Formats: sequence, structure tokens, C-alpha cells
Amino acid sequence: MAEIPAIEAEGLIKKFGQAVALDGLDLRVPHGSILGVLGPNGAGKTTAVRVLATLLRPDAGYARVLGADVVAQAGEVRRRIGLTGQYAALDNSLTGRANLVMIGRLSRLTRAEAWRRTRELLDRFDLTDAAGRAVKTYSGGMRRRLDLAASLIGRPEVLFLDEPTTGLDPQSRAVMWDIIRELATGGTTLLLTTQYLDEADRLASQIAVIDGGRVIAAGSPDELKARAGEDRVSVTLTPGSDAGAAVTAVSAHATGPVAVGAGGLLLTAQVPARDGVTTDLVRSLDQAGIRATSIAVRRPSLDDVFLTLTGRGTGETAGAGQHRPAAGGAETGQQPAGWNEDEGVTPQGGEAA
Amino acid sequence: MTSATFPQAPAGPGRWRALRWSVTDSLVLTWRSLARIVREPETLMDVTVQPVIFVLLFAFVFGGAIGLPGGGSYHEYLIGGMFGMGVAGSAPGSAVALVADMSEGIIDRFRSLPMSRAAVLIGRTTSDLLTQVIGALVVAVTGLAIGWQIHNGLGDALAGLGLALLFGYAFSWAGVCLGMVLRSVEAAQQLGFILFLPIMFISNAFVPTQGMPGWLQTIANWNPFSAIAAACRQLFGNPNPSALVQAWPMQHPELAVLGWSALLLVVFAPLAVHLYGRKSR
Repeated sequence: MAEIPAIEAEGLIKKFGQAVALDGLDLRVPHGSILGVLGPNGAGKTTAVRVLATLLRPDAGYARVLGADVVAQAGEVRRRIGLTGQYAALDNSLTGRANLVMIGRLSRLTRAEAWRRTRELLDRFDLTDAAGRAVKTYSGGMRRRLDLAASLIGRPEVLFLDEPTTGLDPQSRAVMWDIIRELATGGTTLLLTTQYLDEADRLASQIAVIDGGRVIAAGSPDELKARAGEDRVSVTLTPGSDAGAAVTAVSAHATGPVAVGAGGLLLTAQVPARDGVTTDLVRSLDQAGIRATSIAVRRPSLDDVFLTLTGRGTGETAGAGQHRPAAGGAETGQQPAGWNEDEGVTPQGGEAA
Repeated sequence: MTSATFPQAPAGPGRWRALRWSVTDSLVLTWRSLARIVREPETLMDVTVQPVIFVLLFAFVFGGAIGLPGGGSYHEYLIGGMFGMGVAGSAPGSAVALVADMSEGIIDRFRSLPMSRAAVLIGRTTSDLLTQVIGALVVAVTGLAIGWQIHNGLGDALAGLGLALLFGYAFSWAGVCLGMVLRSVEAAQQLGFILFLPIMFISNAFVPTQGMPGWLQTIANWNPFSAIAAACRQLFGNPNPSALVQAWPMQHPELAVLGWSALLLVVFAPLAVHLYGRKSR
């Protein structure tokens, strides 16, 4: 059993008329892990989820969930999965409680069990106070939580979350993240799609970047970031420090020139992405008698990765944002390690913003 | 498409379990529709307010100008026709509710659950049947208020009511099919109204067919709503001018209602299941 992944898809193809939504999609998700499926609007994320959750029949290829074929054994798959789509799949006229009991009963729970799980989930997702109100009076965050609770009522082993936080305010989003992490800790296998790079970075143990209906890169967040280039170090010196000596100390570890900014107090450079680079830097600076107020090594963000892989940003703005650059405003999109400019330093050693 | 009802029914005892689950699923979804009505009673207007308005309009506005071949009270005549409207009035609303379900995402939830596929439709039509009972009661009470009476005893009256409900149930499957092929709630509302009114009016429900042009008389006499109206009038012992019409359904209105109901069920129930199964595939 350990050999069979919780979710596996091979060569999935799905066309809608002339439009190719999935173009040979391959995925493997081990038991108990979180796979983040990352891609811009129209990349095929939702179609992939709908095929895996038995809502759509693929034109070619196959997919299995917990060893059961999503086409031939759709009933078996449905018994063991939960699905939370982009739009809350609830009856807006009914109360939150009635929705959960109904979906519990339809998930093959007995009446008593459905009521018990309903109470449990309302409590866990902080919805007990609103349980007697019609869902249409709920806020976006409450609706999403109720929708997720509905997906969990039958205790699914595999949970599909299609853009679970799209449109939520930051606070509701953080709540959803906590719930998702808790589920993974409890052993649920999760596949979550997102167009938010930080979301995938924070939640997923493995990431599949998809574009044009196929996987263009896969790996752990760190592996993907490593593909985007090297780490960046920035050292802030205490006023009056010997900038020249500091540059020499940092150069010993840098793979390129060391840039000096902020009136000679801020050094930045690229360093190899390897463990221990920070302590090495600290040791060298210390030996040179340099006192630093801060030293930070930062991996390239997933924004950088996405930019590198696809030549464009992630398009956070629905529909219109496909060609927006990633954070940092690097419109060219082809530089190997598109750094975020959040620290306001230019490599030429100019002024800090 | 019967296999769609029990997606993974194995042979033997498993099949019985699958059947039992289908029944449970259908009951849960019937309960869902009824719970929605309790929360939003205004959705019942098409079987409550609408028939009352029609009864009052025809009894007091048009009725005085309508003469019945063979004589008799127009008020008593009218109620038999109104039973057809009272039970079938829920079908357009049912189509609208299904279109809303299909576009609101809850259908994706249902489709991802290990539930019976046909349950969504069976639950819908079962709750329709219950609203039709309400519609029929509203018509009966309004009728009693304007002087309608039954003359052949309670048994025959209940038989008339039963025929009307049977037809109403069969007709709601046609509403389900309409809900499956339309994409927007607005389209369903408008089309439901546009289709429903002529079907209701080109019949003997409100006026005797004898005054219509010959070709229209043929259509009206074969209209299932004429058969329900004639059957109810006959069973209630109310004036029934259609008994003078030589068309087969008017001579055998009870049989005609049974035949029409069976035909609607045989055509539209499997079609509805088929259309539902094909949705978004």
C-alpha cells in the first residue's frame, strides 16, 4: 500500500471544444502530503481538480485516487474524497447546520453520526453561533469555512481544495491556512490549487507548477527556488564600520560582486544556495572585526521561480493579470534570479530607496 | 441510464443496500427542498396566490360572459379546470430551482458525493408533489368559498384529486427536463411562463372548447389539461360540457389522464436522468 500514491495522474488530456484545458498532465501525491498546484488563471488547475474528483471525464490518460480509477470506479473515489471548489458549494437558503447535516447524510453517515459530526465541525470552525442562520447571510470567510466543513464531514482521506483562499481577506486566509495545516497533520492527503505563490510556499510540501495544461516544474518549494538561482545576502553594518574590510569578508563567500548601498552601510551579494553559508559569513565578518546590526540570507521567492519558468508573473488579478510581472516589477522576466527589490538596494551600489 | 441510479451497485445484497441508500438520498433531498420552502415561503406563490387569483378572475370577471353548453354553474365548472393549474403550477418554479442549483455550485458538491445520481431529481419531483398537494387544497378551499360543491361523494372526489396529483407529478418531470436544458434562471422563468400559459389556456380548463375554431378544438380536446378538467368535473359531479365532445379523451377523461401521465413519465423521467448524467461531462 505504501507504494501506491494517494493521487496519481498520467497523461491526462481534457479538451473543451477547441480549447485544450489539460495537455498531458502528470501528478503524484504521496499519502499524507500536501501538493500545491500552482499556475495562472486558465492553466488547467480547476479542470485537473474536477477530473480527479470525478466531476469531469478525461479525454485521454488515467487518474487514480487511493488506487481507484476516477472513471471506472468513480463511486469508490467519491466515498473517500472531499472537494472544496472555488465557489462555495452550499445551499444558500438553508442554515449552516442544515447544510452540514444534509451533506453528512448524503455522505453515507447515519442520522446520529451526521448530527454529531455537524456539531463537531461547527465548533471546530467557529461557526456554532451562526449555525442557525441562512448561509446567504454569511461572510465570505464563514462561507468558505462552512464549505470546507462540508467537505470534511464524511472524513475523507483525500481532500481537493480548489483555490481555497481566493477572494478572502488576510485574516480569513490565515484561518484557512491553519485549518489546512491541521488537516495535513492529521494524515489527510491534500491537493490544493492556488495562484498565490506564498500560499503554496507556506502550505505545500511538494509543488507542481502548471501552465498550458501540463506540469512545467515539480519539486519541493526549496528545490524550485534553487532552480531560480542563488541566494542573496544582505549585511547591515553598524555606523562607522570599515566598509572595505566588510566587502572583502563578504566577497570570500559571494559568487559575484558585492554591492554597497545606504552610505556604505548595506552590503548585498549573491551567495551559493547551500547550508551553512550564513554562519560562514558571520565567522568571516567577525574575524575581520566587523560589527553587523543584521545579516539576512534570502532564498529567491516562488514569484521569482514562476517568472523564471514561465517568463511571466502569476497574475493575481483574475483575468486581467496574466502578464503582470511578479513582485518587484521585473518586466523582462528572463533574468535568472529575479530578486525582489523589497530592500531597496540596487546591485550597482546606488542609493537605497 | 438506469445504471446511473446506482453507480456501483454490486450483485446480491449489495444491490439492496444501494437501493436503500438511493431512497435515503432521495428523502434527504426532498427534505432539503421542503426546508427551503419553509425558509422562503414566497416560493410557494405559484401554487397558492396564483390559483386564487385565477379562480377569482374567472369566477367574477370573465365567468359572467361564459355560457356552458348544457347549462350549469360556471363556478362549479371552473374548479375542475383549476385543479390542473393548481398541480402543474409548480413545474415552472421547479425548473427555475434546478437551473439555480446547476449554476450555483451545489450540484458539484452532490456530484462529488457517493450519493445516488437520480436522487437529486427524485427529491425535486417528490417535493413538487407535496407542493402540488398544497396547490390542490388551495384550489379546493377557494372553490368552496365561491360556491363549488362535490355531488358524487368523497371517494370520487378523492379519485379526482388523485388523478390531478398523478398528472402533476408526471408533469414535474417535464419541468425537470426544462431545467436541465436551460442555462440561466431568467430564461427558465420566462420560458416557463411563455410555455405554461398557452398550454393551460388552450384547453377546456376555463372555457368550453365548443366555441373555439375547429382546428383549435382538436388541440384543446387532446390537451392533457382538458382531460384532467373533464375527469375532475365528472368525478365531482360538476357541469362537464366536454362530455358532449366526441373526441376520445373527452369521452374517457380518467383513462386519458392515466395515459398522459404514463406517457410523460416514460418520456421525461429517463430523459431527465440522461440529461443530468450528461451535465458538464
